[in-house]
Amino acid sequence: MKQELLKFFLFTALIGIAPVFIGKGYLINVFVFVGIYTILAVALNLLLGLAGQISLGQAAFFGLGAYISGVLTATHAVNPWLSMVIAVVTVGIIAFILGFPILKLKGHYLAMATLGMGIIVYIIFNETVDITGGPSGLSGIPHLSLGGIIFNSDLKNYYLVWFFAVTIILLSVNLAASRIGRALRAIHDSEVAARIMGVNARLLKVQIFSISGVISALAGSLYAHTVTFISPTSFGFNVSIELLTMVIIGGLGSIYGSFLGAAILTLLPEFFRTFQDYDIIVYGLTLIVITMFMPGGLVRGVPLLFRSLFKKEPMPQSNEKRG
Amino acid sequence: MDLSEDILQYILSGLSTGAIYAVIGLGFAIIYNSTSIINFAQGEFVMLGGMLTLFFHVTLFLSLPFSIFLAVLVATAVGALFERLAISPLKNADPLILVIITIGGSILIRGIAMLLWGKDTYVLPMFSGDEPIVLWGATLMPQNFWIFGITLIIIVANRLFFHHSIIGKAMRACSFNRVASSLVGINVKHTVLFSFAISSALGAAAGIIIAPLTMTSYDVGIMLGLKGFCAAIIGGMSGGIGTVAGGLIVGVLESLGAGLISSGYKDAIAFIILLLILFLRPQGLFVKGDTERV
Repeated sequence: MKQELLKFFLFTALIGIAPVFIGKGYLINVFVFVGIYTILAVALNLLLGLAGQISLGQAAFFGLGAYISGVLTATHAVNPWLSMVIAVVTVGIIAFILGFPILKLKGHYLAMATLGMGIIVYIIFNETVDITGGPSGLSGIPHLSLGGIIFNSDLKNYYLVWFFAVTIILLSVNLAASRIGRALRAIHDSEVAARIMGVNARLLKVQIFSISGVISALAGSLYAHTVTFISPTSFGFNVSIELLTMVIIGGLGSIYGSFLGAAILTLLPEFFRTFQDYDIIVYGLTLIVITMFMPGGLVRGVPLLFRSLFKKEPMPQSNEKRG
Repeated sequence: MDLSEDILQYILSGLSTGAIYAVIGLGFAIIYNSTSIINFAQGEFVMLGGMLTLFFHVTLFLSLPFSIFLAVLVATAVGALFERLAISPLKNADPLILVIITIGGSILIRGIAMLLWGKDTYVLPMFSGDEPIVLWGATLMPQNFWIFGITLIIIVANRLFFHHSIIGKAMRACSFNRVASSLVGINVKHTVLFSFAISSALGAAAGIIIAPLTMTSYDVGIMLGLKGFCAAIIGGMSGGIGTVAGGLIVGVLESLGAGLISSGYKDAIAFIILLLILFLRPQGLFVKGDTERV
């Protein structure tokens, strides 16, 4: 646990001083998005890496958070912080209710059900033009403000978003190390065995699904208030796939890995302009190659690779069926 | 036109798209039965069918029947290759891993198609003219009849193959019990490869016959694939007449919903049906429940 704390403080310090090296240009804006996607990837990782439950509909919760916050503030002039709380709580309740029937499903069926949920929500964003503005989007969302500081510059937004991201990381690391975290890992390995040991698997799965939804909604609300404009394409099926790729690249179950995955996938398109047109090819290849050859993701795979290169240890095969 | 004629129109066009979903659904069921994998890349073969036919026919000026033949052939080869490269090396992998691999395969194929043909939408010429045919007040294209005819042939051929040919019977045996099948001399590896090849071919065929009606582009595979899956789920992944009925149900409900309620929510209807079936009767509409083995 001491090691975990040290890791966390080191990470937080790095994030804190990073703007000195990033400068005030365009790149700081990109790092605001790295923060938002880190929150989202961590949320998915709690569900997928920890509890072993896949979701291909994470973008739905992200979008709901953004739209609830956006509509309340832009159309109904509600206080932004209050609207953020309303967004997070509402999505938490929705995820909790949806969680019961959805998480009864396993494996492929769960993937399909969450995918279906994501697409239905995406269609609703597009079709309820009176509320959401439809495909042309919703603009005029106010920035957040705190004690006279309005978060309207990239640097201020950087610290705002990363304050939340670092907090979420701390809470997630804690959760993973707690009794609940162990119970969730037990469900991941064998749900039947976990149940026999007295774990209320059904309720726990729904709870972690709901927590994951809440965190995604928070990211959505932050997104709405930093960008001040939202449209359905930011919350479509591709975003869910992008989040999945981030988690897989970083490593299933590794919280800091999710940051790494989010950083790589957000920064790459900025450095390679041509990348933007062919990003889906890269996502596809990455998903296949990493799951086949580096099932622990970069965080665990790269050190293993080095060890096997220099010490001639064989690469362990960990993609065998468990349980 | 009065309401009853409208409804007839919706039902007929719904049956036509439903037939497509049924064929795609059969592809899902065939792979599921031999491997317990839901192939998320299934829809991409539907897209490949349409796009490859277009490529051979419009870009290379080959005749339409020959283009169709080549398109099915190439799509089948891609499906077999996908199985060899990505599925077969992962013996007994966790379902989670397989979901991610097939999703990866799906977006990779979609990405390559985008690279080759761009993001434009294309129209494949109708197989036999575009003179509409009026039937009891409803208007149908000759292409609709091609769809009904070819779907019927595929369903019958599918049935004959799985119940009366030695390879088909071997594949069914594998889906019941893999170990026992390998003990009686069935090469399980080959049946998995076959199932991927056959369902790619089915997907491609479905993509080809629908392309003249709905147009085609690099990203049509997602929706068509998911609705095919919906058909297969309603049929309880049986690969039989249940899946066909499932496809027709989805097609007709979607068409009625789009016509009578709102066309914007057309795609949502299929997914609401999908979720309801998954929540209430995950074993399908026509199958009795089964106990789960651990």
